[in-house]
Amino acid sequence: MAEPLREAPAPAGPDEADERVEADELDELDDPLVIAGRTFRSRLIMGTGGAPNLEELERALIASGTELTTVALRRVDPTAPGSLFEVLRRTGIEPLPNTAGCFTARDAVRTAQLGREALETDWVKLEVIADERTLLPDPVELLDAAEQLVDDGFVVLAYTNDDPVLARRLEDLGVAAVMPLGSPIGSGMGIRNPANIAMIREAARVPVVLDAGIGTASDAALAMELGCDAVLLATAVTRARHPVRMARAMRHAVEAGRLARLAGRIPRRLYAQASTSFEGMPEL
Amino acid sequence: MTAPATVRVTVNGEPRDVAPGTTVAALVRDMGLEARGVAVAVDGEVVPKRRWGERTLAGGEHVEVLTIAQGG
Repeated sequence: MAEPLREAPAPAGPDEADERVEADELDELDDPLVIAGRTFRSRLIMGTGGAPNLEELERALIASGTELTTVALRRVDPTAPGSLFEVLRRTGIEPLPNTAGCFTARDAVRTAQLGREALETDWVKLEVIADERTLLPDPVELLDAAEQLVDDGFVVLAYTNDDPVLARRLEDLGVAAVMPLGSPIGSGMGIRNPANIAMIREAARVPVVLDAGIGTASDAALAMELGCDAVLLATAVTRARHPVRMARAMRHAVEAGRLARLAGRIPRRLYAQASTSFEGMPEL
Repeated sequence: MTAPATVRVTVNGEPRDVAPGTTVAALVRDMGLEARGVAVAVDGEVVPKRRWGERTLAGGEHVEVLTIAQGG
């Protein structure tokens, strides 16, 4: 039976419509990422590794809209052309020193301390890898390093496996964010265990940043749709054929995924559900 | 006996002769570097910037002079 006819609401006047659009836009802008009390408008954290040169990197960083970018600590190279330090100063993008290449808690802690000295920041992306072939995090060394660094006053963003238990352990130690991998660093395999990422997100009270394995824009969007608070990626952009184009794609993917998450997706169902009513079908 | 004219240290894996009493601050300056964006470890121990002026280098010490590089 048809619904009783009700009085249709008055169409929105131009003012009201404007307000609604404005409110929607505000919604998008007013959804910052907060890590350890610091606010970021962009939910995309870029890595700086893998770019063919500093000029291309700078353009890609700008196109990505990122406000935070990871950097490594390495020996001074007097012959190196240009300065990454200058790129970051020019673009105003905050550097996040990492402990890339460290295999032990001892090396990671020292590298973090060096990063603090070099950049005068307590923030560190903690990365303790098990071997060169997989570059997977070594959970034992990772927990050890995280504990030492948190005790030493660092704001630790911990690169971790897609293991909900390890993520919980890290959070219990006091890390500022857990950063589970989608798949091995630089592999471009995307998110191999979306269910685990969702479990990590559900349990965590700190931001969850999907870190590593992103290959293309849909991977980044999926990370956000799963509820991740941000995405960290480097290779997918810096080694793309057109890094600037891919940086822009990632920026939009992260925003789209976030909006989709907030919008609330429809449930998956086995069978169709007509979007067009059968009511009022003519008899032909 | 006169003091040696130089002492040999290792800087980023390379031997380097410096004047006795050379501080970390002086080494960094001699390398043409600014303090910003640079960190130093001597024999595996991080030397905080506030100590660069007082930490002198002794013969045989291994110095790492680091800066930020693309990565991660």
